[in-house]
Amino acid sequence: MHDKDEKMQSAYGRIHGLGSAKDGTGHWWAQRVSAVALLGLGTWFVYAVLIFTAMEPVAARDWLAQPLNSILLALFTLTALYHGQLGLQVVIEDYVHTHARKYAALVLVQFVTYGAMAAVVYAIAKISLGV
Amino acid sequence: MVELTLPRESKIVAGRVHPKPVAAKNTKVFKIYRWDPVAGGQPRLDEYTIDLDTCGPMVLDALIKIKNEQDGTLTFRRSCREGICGSCAMNIDGTNTLACTKGIDEVCGEVKIYPLPHMEVIKDLVPDLSKIFAQYQSIKPWLRAESEITTGAECRQSETERAKLDGLWECILCFCCSTSCPSYWWNGDRYLGPAVLLQAYRWIADSRDETVGERLDDLEDPFKLYRCHTIMNCTKTCPKGLNPAQAIGSIKQLMVARKV
Repeated sequence: MHDKDEKMQSAYGRIHGLGSAKDGTGHWWAQRVSAVALLGLGTWFVYAVLIFTAMEPVAARDWLAQPLNSILLALFTLTALYHGQLGLQVVIEDYVHTHARKYAALVLVQFVTYGAMAAVVYAIAKISLGV
Repeated sequence: MVELTLPRESKIVAGRVHPKPVAAKNTKVFKIYRWDPVAGGQPRLDEYTIDLDTCGPMVLDALIKIKNEQDGTLTFRRSCREGICGSCAMNIDGTNTLACTKGIDEVCGEVKIYPLPHMEVIKDLVPDLSKIFAQYQSIKPWLRAESEITTGAECRQSETERAKLDGLWECILCFCCSTSCPSYWWNGDRYLGPAVLLQAYRWIADSRDETVGERLDDLEDPFKLYRCHTIMNCTKTCPKGLNPAQAIGSIKQLMVARKV
């Protein structure tokens, strides 16, 4: 992108770059939808933490193991991780302009997100189903 | 990475202090960004004192007075002196605006004037606009109506259809908005910026244009359009009181509307 003879190209040619990616709306829409979902799920999570912290460990575990609570906790954590990944992707695209660093950061964010999602699903399954 | 400090050669150093006009009672100090490509070196901030009793009311009047009476080397663009050509866009007192419509009395204390932010400087207050005009050209800013060509009939428009262009057609392409946008600063090579997107929407919203789908196709891109994070500097700074952020929001709505 920053070749030495970049300036030889016309401004019109340069701004066209590689053309439209024909993509972007999906990401933007997913970020908005997950944000709306997190409004409700986040409120539930705050309520859950308040209840949870007042309980004995065994009672807290039983409370979490109830189907509705397990499902809501899974929904909240997975949506939050997904929303976080979408947001971090935007931050990286905004600020990281070195190609190698940008690709590395984008891949790392995906790996960490999916790793965390797997861990969350395993933990909730263990509590809920006792596997 | 994003640059949070200016490169060394762009750091501004103290400039020349030009002599005060003799016997002037009502004065105002102007500090103006100066950089000469021939002389090179770092840019500097020159100081001029103006006799307000013999100067017009606008910042542009003061710039012209300085150029005529104190320093003929001061370089800036100007043409219409009434806020319609967009030539004299610059950063005055920390805000991008038009020198011809900004009153000197609107600024408390010294008047600091810089070129539009984060643009390459040609000389003094003159930024290089070739890239941003190329971006403007890329959105095909003209009416594309196939049926007018095939039928030869004029493109008619109802009053309500025409009203949809209000708040869009008034844009004078001064680029105060685009150069106030951090997203445009960081990704101006790929993000089109508020001015060009407002213009893009001006043609999308025009009932006579028959290529809305193609126009949306061209903008469907994570960088061209979706670098807008509704920071709203564009709307805040627009010297014509327009709302580029709203125009960009309308484009995004149409993008979703054709998908779901």
